[in-house]
Amino acid sequence: MPHPLLQVDHLSVTFRRDGMLTTPVRDVSLTVQAGERVAVVGESGCGKSLTALSLTRLSPTDRARLQGRVLFDGTDTLALSPDALTRVRGRGIAYVFQDPSASLNPVMRVQDQIAECLPDLPRAAHRDACVELLTRTGLPDPARAARAFPCELSGGQQQRVMLAMALAARPKLLVADEPTTALDVTTQQQVLDLIDTLADADGMAVLLITHNLGLVAGRMTRVYVMYAGQVVESGAVTDVLSNPRHPYTRGLLAAVPMLDAPRNAPLQDIPGTVPSPDAWPAGCAFAPRCAQADARCHAEQPPETDDADSHRSRCWHTQPCHS
Amino acid sequence: MSLLTVQDLHVTYRTPGQPPVRAVRGVSFSLAAGASLGIVGESGCGKSSLARALIGLQPASAGTLTFEGRAVDRLSRQGFRDYRRAVQMVFQDATGSLNPRMTVRQTLHEVLRVHRMRPAAAIPQRVDELLDLVGLPTTVLDAFPREISGGQCQRVSFARCLALEPRLIIADEPVSALDVSVQARILNLVRSLQQRLGLSIILISHDLAVVRNICDRVAVMHDGVFVETGIAADVLDVPRHAYTRTLLEAVPDVGRALQSKLKAER
Repeated sequence: MPHPLLQVDHLSVTFRRDGMLTTPVRDVSLTVQAGERVAVVGESGCGKSLTALSLTRLSPTDRARLQGRVLFDGTDTLALSPDALTRVRGRGIAYVFQDPSASLNPVMRVQDQIAECLPDLPRAAHRDACVELLTRTGLPDPARAARAFPCELSGGQQQRVMLAMALAARPKLLVADEPTTALDVTTQQQVLDLIDTLADADGMAVLLITHNLGLVAGRMTRVYVMYAGQVVESGAVTDVLSNPRHPYTRGLLAAVPMLDAPRNAPLQDIPGTVPSPDAWPAGCAFAPRCAQADARCHAEQPPETDDADSHRSRCWHTQPCHS
Repeated sequence: MSLLTVQDLHVTYRTPGQPPVRAVRGVSFSLAAGASLGIVGESGCGKSSLARALIGLQPASAGTLTFEGRAVDRLSRQGFRDYRRAVQMVFQDATGSLNPRMTVRQTLHEVLRVHRMRPAAAIPQRVDELLDLVGLPTTVLDAFPREISGGQCQRVSFARCLALEPRLIIADEPVSALDVSVQARILNLVRSLQQRLGLSIILISHDLAVVRNICDRVAVMHDGVFVETGIAADVLDVPRHAYTRTLLEAVPDVGRALQSKLKAER
């Protein structure tokens, strides 16, 4: 087994607010091999984005306490000095976020923003490097786009600029947090195809955070399903989505409108909402919304299945009986 | 009888010194009472301009709108006011389309009062009925939009529309900003409102699976014109136009993607 590129061990993120402790990310473990495509799915408020930000301590550190280990290329980013961490950010792990118009500086030309990601190059080389990066992302007329302000570009074009910035330092891992939620289906397809192509060319791994199971099914190899700050199910995409073990995964799948579903068949929703981090239930976090929940589910947290199987879940009803 | 008939509608934006932007270039369709039409297409194809022209937010530069047998541009002031009440719109950004400084109660009271839908004494009871219709608990009444979830805000938007007892609701991407589980609930709500109240629905979306799930008919819009229209299942299962196929192929459909992946693994 090769050494994974990213190995997150028992990561928890705790905030203290008004003297109260809340833990929006609880005991999350995940791995990403070099060049691998891994997805994290779940509803809003499940801790997906906070987990992603915590990989390079981008979570608000003055208030957040990070526990566990985040081994990236063998070093624990949670233990790194701020200087050493700066070298991991961008060069090791780069991010693309959901809303490109909010991530770009509205009063800076595109080329100047990209140049900020190229500190190793002499100034004179910035322009050419920038145009080259934009060319790689498939922007039409990259020279013009380089001189443009973000507002002069469409959403899809802005997301390509974000990708150009993320790729500037040739990262080993691209964390894409809902990169196409704000885009059209056809633009979404183009941007994700682009990420695939660029990742293949550079051998870059991709950690995609999304709530779109269609994207996961079509493009990723492994998936982690998060609920209420925990990973509740994980495994190969084909295993998890065609044979889901956790009721939450089944619920998410049933809620997606499918193209071949009969018309007017009501969509199955998951009753209730994700509990807030200051009120995680005592037992299984999903129990209050789960049709299968029994007394044990409400009282005790189910452990993660721990068999040799790479398809794991955290549910009492898929546990082998020990007693 | 058709509820709404649109004939050769054009919407053109003119800016001095620049060539006119022809957002909608001759769209015709008719919608029967109680029917649902899905309009799909990419951003920039003109679907929102079309919606805005239908509710009178954006004047049409050419073409005719006929609502319940009467030409909309020839309505009296009062007639046009009735039309604006009968045709309501729900927007994508639910939180943004509610007044952040008004509670849910104030929002719903205001619309009932301004449009004189109920005598003052009957308003609280009507508000309760509306909440019940969209499946919201009365506990949200004193909440501000930022204090409730996006799905709940979208339900408030629907309640605000329904307060005016409309005959047609135009929903512009009502679920694209919501989580899948919440999305399912709002779509089920749309369907049940349509069935219970006999409402007509125009659903604007770029999600073809959503449209196929909700709508009887679908119109595929590209570059300001309808390139393909028909029964939703026919158009989406057996697309004729190349653009419809492009759109369909771009949809990341779980079932389809899994099937091809499983096939590849074997």
